[in-house]
Amino acid sequence: MQQLSIFLENAKGRLAQVLNILAELGVNIRALSLADTKDYGVLRIIVEDAEKVAADLKERNCVVKLTPVWVLKVADATGGLAEILNKLVAEGVIVEYMYAFVEKANEQAQVVLRVRDEEIMKAAMEKLGL
Amino acid sequence: MSHEELLKGLRKTVEQVLKAPYYKKKLAQVDIHYPHDIKKLDDFWKIPLTEKEDLRQNYPFGLFAEPMEKIVRVHASSGTTGKPTVVGYTRDDIKLWAKIVANGLRRIGVTSNDVVQVAYGYGLFTGGMGLHYGCEELGALAIPISGGNTQRQLMIMRDFGSTVLCCTPSYALYLAESLEEAGISRDELKLRVGVFGAEPWTDQMRDEIEARLGIRAVDIYGLSEIMGPGVSMECLKGEGLHIDEHFYPEILDKDGNPVPEGTDGELVLTSIDKKGFPVLRYRTKDLTSISYGQCVCGHHGWTMKRVSARVDDMLIIRGVNVFPSQVEEAILTVGGIEPHYLIIVDREGNLDSMEVLVELSADSFTDEIRQLEELQESLEEKIEDILGLTVKVRLVEPKSITRSEGKAKRVIDKRQEKL
Ligand SMILES: [Zn+2]
Repeated sequence: MQQLSIFLENAKGRLAQVLNILAELGVNIRALSLADTKDYGVLRIIVEDAEKVAADLKERNCVVKLTPVWVLKVADATGGLAEILNKLVAEGVIVEYMYAFVEKANEQAQVVLRVRDEEIMKAAMEKLGL
Repeated sequence: MSHEELLKGLRKTVEQVLKAPYYKKKLAQVDIHYPHDIKKLDDFWKIPLTEKEDLRQNYPFGLFAEPMEKIVRVHASSGTTGKPTVVGYTRDDIKLWAKIVANGLRRIGVTSNDVVQVAYGYGLFTGGMGLHYGCEELGALAIPISGGNTQRQLMIMRDFGSTVLCCTPSYALYLAESLEEAGISRDELKLRVGVFGAEPWTDQMRDEIEARLGIRAVDIYGLSEIMGPGVSMECLKGEGLHIDEHFYPEILDKDGNPVPEGTDGELVLTSIDKKGFPVLRYRTKDLTSISYGQCVCGHHGWTMKRVSARVDDMLIIRGVNVFPSQVEEAILTVGGIEPHYLIIVDREGNLDSMEVLVELSADSFTDEIRQLEELQESLEEKIEDILGLTVKVRLVEPKSITRSEGKAKRVIDKRQEKL
């Protein structure tokens, strides 16, 4: 899955503006996470048709990048996330960052994972039958 | 030019300036009353330097060396403070200037078949008309579009088939960016070479411009007090700006003493053969070095290094001398950012602070904060290496720093507001 990453030069101030632009474009944000420092931040979002949204945002002078991420379903029980992560780590997967969200339609808890090495992750997913 | 010829030329200039009472008085102080008092170069070097302040004191026409009926044109440089400095040209001066500019253009291969888009300002500023007359002298087609109105610049560049672009380097970059935005591809343009000047720039900036516009970029130098653009200009070899033989250069250290060939210092210029507004040993405030020799392009004489800094642009931050061009060189060496920057100097308590805003380039944007921080840190380290001063780099979005249609504004010094 492709995640949309957007650079925010002023993490707090620019966030609302970018969200407004996304609203104007009629984009439905399935999941969102904000990573920030004192000066700037990166908004990470999961949307439908990420490539088109990226092009639209570029036209509006946003710095955008498509980043490959993995979206996994998580069992709605204690330790559900830890169980999956333990298995992946055992296979050599290194997680760069992650964030969780709940799909509105079915209340399914999910987690977005960005891993360092796509190939290792792919092999691990196949092996674990996920 | 032989030593004798040079002395002859300098004597002619002395003869000419003696027609202006102000100079006459000044030269009398060092016992020069007639041109033949200049017997050797040592005599010439006794002459006090001419400063911008001398021009201001004689505002507007006090230093003209010909009667007003002989003067056919004036130009003026914008004084950032107070009155502008005004210079006058006779008909012969205008012809000479056109020839000098035409020579420079010829050296970079411009011919009567070229279409030259002159995007320097036309008016009291010498840039526009200086290039314009040079083109006409050469027989090239000059488009007097002047500065600004970027959309029209792009349209004309494409539709008229401009082959040569003349403007400031910062405006050239802005035009490149605007071409991309307008979706005009390189194939639709006939642009081949750019003649850029009127503000200090670096080799790194030249590389950027050449890559983005797909042209050769050459540096042109001049100032209205001496004549205007064309005093010196690069050839395609790109190893310095050839000083035209109608100008005698000296490089002086900050105490006014001559430095050895190849050593950096302030450029001081004397015009030769100029009638309306001859200048003797004028302090340009531009820092460079000069060397004498023969170039493959045919130029024989003095060549100066690119002016990367002006004495007036120097910032003193925590006691350290800083030139904006040093920051430019540092950040463009690191890469990963757009070639636009803004230096903000402030004072927090008793300590000067320097922040450099740079635009993150869309291509180098990475999703991970860690990598953005690494980019920011490597920029900071590179600047600190060159300046010996801690600075803060702030990454901002592309196109968020104001673009310039003329000379770029690189510095905001908030300390002045606090005085
Ligand atoms: Zn040459």
